Order: sequence, then structure tokens, then C-alpha cells
Amino acid sequence: MEKKLGVFICWCGSNIASSVDVDKAAAEAAKLDGVVHAENYMYMCSDPGQQLVKDTITEKGLDGVVVACCSPRMHENTFRKAAGSVGLNSYLLEIANIREQCSWVHQNNKPLATAKAVSIIEGTLDKVKENLPLETITIDLTKRVCVVGGGIAGIMSALDLANAGYDVVIIEREPAIGGHMSQISQTFPYFHNVPELLKKKIDEVNAHPRIKVYVNSEVDVLDGYVGNFNVTIKTRPAFVDSAKCTACGKCLEVCPVKVDDEFNRGLSQRGAIFRYNQLETAKIPVLEQGDCLHFADSDSEDGGKCTACVDACPEDAIDLGTIRSLNEEFVGAIVMATGYDLYSPTNMPEYGAGKIPDVIDALAFERLLDPKGPTKGQVLRPSDGAVPKKVVFIQCVGSRDPERHKAYCSRACCMYTAKQARLYRQQVEEGTAYISYMDIRSDSKDFEEFVQKGMEEENLVYIRGRVAKVIEGDGCLQVFTSDTLSGRQVVIEADLVVLAMAMEPKAGIRELAKKMNVTIDGDAFLSETHIKLYPVESSTKGVYLAGCGQSPKDITDTVSQALATAGKIQTMFSNETLIADPLIAEVKDDVCSGCGICIEICPYGARLMNEFTRISDVNQAVCQGCGACIAACPNKACELINSTSRQFLRTIGDFASRSEAV
Amino acid sequence: MKTVISHSQVKSDFVEKVAEISGENFFNCYQCGNCSAGCPSVDEMDLLPSQVVRYLQLGLEDEVKNCKSMWVCAACMMCHARCPKGVDISKIMESLRVLKLREVNAEAHIDITDFSDDYLKRAPQIAMISGYRKFLPL
Ligand SMILES: Cc1cc2nc3c(=O)[nH]c(=O)nc-3n(C[C@H](O)[C@H](O)[C@H](O)COP(=O)(O)OP(=O)(O)OC[C@H]3O[C@@H](n4cnc5c(N)ncnc54)[C@H](O)[C@@H]3O)c2cc1C
Ligand code: SF4
Ligand code: SF4
Ligand code: SF4
Ligand code: SF4
Repeated sequence: MEKKLGVFICWCGSNIASSVDVDKAAAEAAKLDGVVHAENYMYMCSDPGQQLVKDTITEKGLDGVVVACCSPRMHENTFRKAAGSVGLNSYLLEIANIREQCSWVHQNNKPLATAKAVSIIEGTLDKVKENLPLETITIDLTKRVCVVGGGIAGIMSALDLANAGYDVVIIEREPAIGGHMSQISQTFPYFHNVPELLKKKIDEVNAHPRIKVYVNSEVDVLDGYVGNFNVTIKTRPAFVDSAKCTACGKCLEVCPVKVDDEFNRGLSQRGAIFRYNQLETAKIPVLEQGDCLHFADSDSEDGGKCTACVDACPEDAIDLGTIRSLNEEFVGAIVMATGYDLYSPTNMPEYGAGKIPDVIDALAFERLLDPKGPTKGQVLRPSDGAVPKKVVFIQCVGSRDPERHKAYCSRACCMYTAKQARLYRQQVEEGTAYISYMDIRSDSKDFEEFVQKGMEEENLVYIRGRVAKVIEGDGCLQVFTSDTLSGRQVVIEADLVVLAMAMEPKAGIRELAKKMNVTIDGDAFLSETHIKLYPVESSTKGVYLAGCGQSPKDITDTVSQALATAGKIQTMFSNETLIADPLIAEVKDDVCSGCGICIEICPYGARLMNEFTRISDVNQAVCQGCGACIAACPNKACELINSTSRQFLRTIGDFASRSEAV
Repeated sequence: MKTVISHSQVKSDFVEKVAEISGENFFNCYQCGNCSAGCPSVDEMDLLPSQVVRYLQLGLEDEVKNCKSMWVCAACMMCHARCPKGVDISKIMESLRVLKLREVNAEAHIDITDFSDDYLKRAPQIAMISGYRKFLPL
């Protein structure tokens, strides 16, 4: 039976009406096959406009509607909802875009624009004629969350979700959670004691019955889709049994290995068995297999022989035979909180980094400020342990340098440099702190005041110019720079130089992003769906982003973003099931030859070969209706529901016949 | 001293000509000062290399045309090697010299034998080199 069709043409104020003759278009539309009602109205999306559509559907018993207006991205939902509210299946309403694709681009030719509008309406009517009434698809929802990365971003997101009543697993690559925040001494803009703040949060995580932490772990494989992810977790052995270990530290004394301690940025050394950081929460030693002589090549001198720590342990807590384990976790949502690394100072040979011991990066300086750090909180220079009297802090190192390094601003360094310089001045009263800067970016609450106070009361000497080079001079370092404000070339003598290195995404992020099916930008930061409106959503549904893995930022912004992901996930979990659009691919069982081309082409991994029927199935929850498989299938076995090839061809045919007419 | 900055200045023929000859976009420069920090000739300059670029950005033609810096520049290209934005100041300096010479006229073309040994010892090399340049129509 032929459908009774209605056409509603919107003026969009003058946006459409000034270049499309809406009366003429309505009259023409009324003449088209199957149309029982056609009219125009000034603002169809307004309440009275929607009422008009609803009333007409009821009065005339319409079973197909075309609203000719702006882009479907604007109001498709609005009108489909309206139609649904009076009992017409929403999918029998379609939008004919006569604004972006017609009136806006043909402003000087009303007759032609009007003819084009009518042909767009005709094409859309022909589509509606073959549209099927559809129901939304429901998808199961596992209300558990996996957080990848246990820095402050991961910790805060996990705590919020766990407190809301959901089970959370944290996957942390390192032997302890905390991330870079555990290396930081005090924070701007109020000199809060960071280890204290962090310990509180880590204790909360460890005590929370709903949070499970996998340390030494990474994602091995990710399967599934929004609401139903299956994460396989690969865990490196800990070797030390935390149930037996009393943290006496005897093993630490006997280990013959000495390597640079990464946590202290090479300012101290550690054994192959060591305490990962100075926090109370990481008292139990960890053993790094790569450094341990026991695991060295068996044909080398030491290979397989050393068992010093095992022998020394009075509790028998060390077992060098432990092997790596795999675990699976089923979750409905994932938070990517993988954080950052500092761009390696060795990329800056002109600053002597890596060669001159008294040129250090900013994280190393944080370690010097930590009362539990390698110098017990004393700022001492690495070369001879003397108190540096002249310290030069260089900002933007590796940042804002599109020619050779990173084009972006690393956002936290202006502020932490001011903080470090102030802490240095508070400790070394007779010392001078110089800060080489290009701009001071202090754009958050109380940040500007914090910097100004440093200049006014702690006499930080800000010198505006980018440093050309640092060399070893006579008994001190020489920093060659300029002061663009006075127009001079400047040389500063220094005892210690601190580089505020750029932040860059964590090592291994490219491989991880591929595994998680999320996109990254040109600098390898994780990409959000929309910088303004969907800032914590990744390109894959159900995967969210928080912290410095998405872009460089300070703790304040990291935590805000982490809490936003928790909020988003709670919104998702407030339903019992997920709802998906039914406008997806379908397969004609009798035509599909099982060639599998669609499986390779689908960018969302929605196609899967059915082992029994040897026909390629569509995973309804994952398919985004992009149409790639439809174009790729050599047998024409796939179609997009309500956008079939037949419908498209008819629409194109309508355009073709009309374009001859005009 | 008050300086008036106008559209006609910022877009002046002179500025456009320097841009054209050097092939450099002055507005790439964000005034970080790295060029000035590393330039070996600054001691004898009246404007820092970064200031030359700044003056060009503002279209301060007279100051740029009469600066000593362009004659002192050793064309060592240290500034270009260090510039985070890829600005080649040595090319800008060269185009300033070329423009200056074109302005003076063909008589400025030099013959080395016209100068005393003593003068040659004192004269900036870069000025002598520029003196040998071919002349092009303005
Ligand atoms: C020198 C310095 C001083 C600073 N001082 C301040 C300050 O005073 N105040 C302030 O607000 N901010 C400061 N910051 C910024 C602050 O460090 C960051 O904002 C904050 O640490 C970001 O936290 P995060 O959780 O996003 O990342 P991170 O701290 O980097 O945490 C990421 C975590 O994820 C883990 N991980 C990474 N990849 C994987 C993987 N594939 N699998 C499993 N786990 C993974 C990492 O091991 C790490 O534990 C400073 C930064 C620097 C460099
Ligand atoms: S935050 Fe400041 S120091 Fe860091 S890159 Fe940006 S401008 Fe430079
Ligand atoms: S329409 Fe796109 S998303 Fe859906 S199965 Fe085909 S290729 Fe995959
Ligand atoms: S180094 Fe480049 S960007 Fe910096 S002031 Fe000089 S020309 Fe400008
Ligand atoms: S080319 Fe000229 S301006 Fe540039 S660094 Fe060398 S002397 Fe200085």
C-alpha cells in the first residue's frame, strides 16, 4: 500500500526563505507522488512548528514525513522525537537538507535554488517511501570499569566510580601507582605537600573494596565493544610475596647490582631489587628482572647464579621462579589515563644535557626538593654536592619549537618553574634564581599572584629570551641568552641549570592506542571526539580520556578531567542497557559468499565471520553504519538499513531527471 | 619618543621588498630572542638580530635601513640554525644590504684597488662582499 506522505518546509527565518521560494516549493511538493500534505512555516523546529507536524500526522494519518530544513545533524532528532510522540515510527521521518546544501550556497539565484530544493525534497520522499519502521537496538551493559594508568588521573577517576558503587580495575605498568605526582615535592599555587596528598588517595584506593589494582601490568588484548569489553591483562612477576615480606630491607643491602634509579632521575643508584619510590605505600621491594644478575644470560659469568636477595630474606618472601600471569576482566567502560614522559634532555645537546652533570631536568629538581629524596630535600648540585648559589631555570625546553622539537606548549612548566625557583629561594637565602622565559602562562586561579609574589618577595629574576647554549666555563656554567626587553645579549653564570623539558605522551602509546582502537594526534596525544563538546570521549564509544595522555596539563586540570570521565561513565551506567541506532549494515545470508573482505574493511571491527554458517555477521552494537562494507562487498550482499542501494539510486535518479528540467 | 604605527607602514613597499628578496615571513618570528642569544656579532650591532625582525614586523623602515647590524652580520647563519621557527635572519640581513646598495646606485660598485690597505683592514668584510654584488633593477 502506498504511504501517505507529508512535506514540511521550513523558512529558517530568512535563511532558507530568502533564496528558496517556499510557497512555490510547497506547491510543487504537493503535486509529487504520494504527497497528501505540503506546507511551509517560519520556524519548523519551534514548539508551534513541531506541533504543526504532530497535528498533521494525526489528522491526515501520515505514514511518512519529510521535513525540509537545516542539516539532519541539527534537528533530525528533534523531529523524529516529535513524530514518535504521536505514534509515527521515528524512522519514517527524514530530513531534506535545503539549507546548508541549497539556500546557503545559492543565494543569488532564487528560481534555481527553488528547483533544487524541490528535487532534494523529491529524492528524500522517494527514500521515505521505502524506509522500514525500526526499533532501537538494546545492548547489554557490564557496569564495571577498567582504568589504564594509575597516575593521579587514574586514581581520581577510579575512586569516584568506586564510590558511586561500581567495580573498578586499575592497570598500572609500573610497580606502584601514583605516576609522576609521586616524584613531585610541593605544588603550586599553595605549596601543598604532594606526598601527603597523594598518600591519602593511594591509601583510599588500596583500602577500597571495589577497586582492584594490577601493578606491573599492561593491556595485552582488548576485545568487545562499548558496554562489553574484555580486557586481557599481562602482569610481570613481582618476585616478592607481599603477604610474607615485612619490608625489613635486608635484600636491598646485599644486591650487588648498581644502576641509576629512574625514579630519582639518575640522582641516586639502586640495586636490581629496590624500593620503587619513597612513599609509605611502596615499602615492599620490587625486583627488576632486566637488571637482575640471576636472569642474565646463563652463559655469562653471573648467569643464573646470583641468589643474594633470596638468601638474605629472613621471611623466605622472594621467589625468583615466579612467572608472568594473564588475567581477564569484563568491563563496560575504559578510562585511558596513561600520562606523560618528559622529553629527553639528551635532545638538547646545546644545553649540555647528559654531558654536564649540573644540567638537570625539572623532575630531577623535584627529587632534590623531596625530604625523602636522594639529598633529603637539600638542593645540592650533582657534580660535587655543593649548595648552588646561582641557579638558572630554562623554560620551554623542547616546547614551542616547531622547527626541531614540539610545536605545542607543555602548559604546566611556567608554573612549576616559578614554584621550583621559589622553593629554591626559600631554602637558599643567599642564592639567586634566574628564569629564562618567553611568556609566562599563569592563567588559572591564583596562578598569576603566585608568580608575582615570586618576583616581588623572593626576587626571582625573570629574563625574557630563549637560551642559545650552556657551556662549562671557569668553575661555573655559562648560560648564553638574550634579554629581548633591554635588547641585550646576556651571559649568566650558573652553578646549576634546570631544564623545564616538554611533556610528551608516555612511551608505547602508539601500540596501546592501536590495541584500544583509539586515535592519536600528530604528537601522539590521545584524541578527543570534540575539543569543546566531547572533551573526554575518545574516538571509540565507551573509551574515555583523562590526564596528560590527552594533552599536557597540571594536576588541577588532570583531576577535573578524571572526574569528568567518572561522571560520563556514571551517566552511561545509569541505564540498565545501552541503546543504539538501528541504522546499520545487514547481510543477505543467501548472497554472502563468506569472502571476508568486509571484515578487513570495517574500521570499527563490527564484522565477524560466523564459524558455523561461514557468513559474515554484523555486530549490531559495534556497527556505526558508515557504509564501508557496503561499498567493499563484491557480491552486493550488504546493505545499510533504510539507506539501501535501491533507495540511493532512486534519489540520484530524481536529481538527474530534475537537473535536466532546470 | 612616541612611534606611530600605521597600516601603510606595516605593509610598506620596503617591508614587502625585504620579504620578497629574503623569502622570509617576518611574522613567523615570535620574538623568543634565541637568534640574538647565539649571534657572534652582537657586540658590534646596534639592533639585535631579533630586533631587526621586530622592527620589520612593525614596518619601522628608517631604523632598519640605517642599522649597523646588517653590515656587522657575518652571515654565519647561527641564528637560522637556532631559530625554533625556522626564520633565516641571515637572508633578511642580506636583503637589507642588497636594498641599501640598490638605493645608493651603481657608483657604489667597488673596486678593491681604490681602497688603502689600512682602510681594508678596518672595513667590515660583509660590506666589501656586498660591494661586489651584481646590481638588479629596483
Ligand atoms: C617537574 C614537574 C613538576 C610538576 N609540578 C606540578 C605541580 O607543582 N603542580 C601541578 O599541578 N602539576 C605539576 N606537574 C604536572 C603533573 O605532574 C601532572 O599534571 C600529573 O602528574 C599528570 O597526571 P597523570 O595521571 O595524567 O599522568 P602520570 O602521572 O604520568 O601517570 C600516568 C600513569 O599511567 C601509567 N601508564 C602509562 N602507560 C601505561 C600503560 N600502557 N599501561 C599501564 N599503565 C600505564 C604510568 O606508569 C603512570 O603511573 C609537574 C610536572 C613536572 C614535569
Ligand atoms: S607552560 Fe610556559 S614554560 Fe611550558 S612550554 Fe608553555 S610557555 Fe613554555
Ligand atoms: S557499515 Fe561500517 S561500521 Fe557497519 S559493519 Fe559496515 S563497515 Fe563496519
Ligand atoms: S630565533 Fe627566530 S623566532 Fe626567535 S627571535 Fe630570532 S627570528 Fe624570531
Ligand atoms: S647570520 Fe648574522 S645575524 Fe645571524 S647569527 Fe650570524 S652574524 Fe648574527
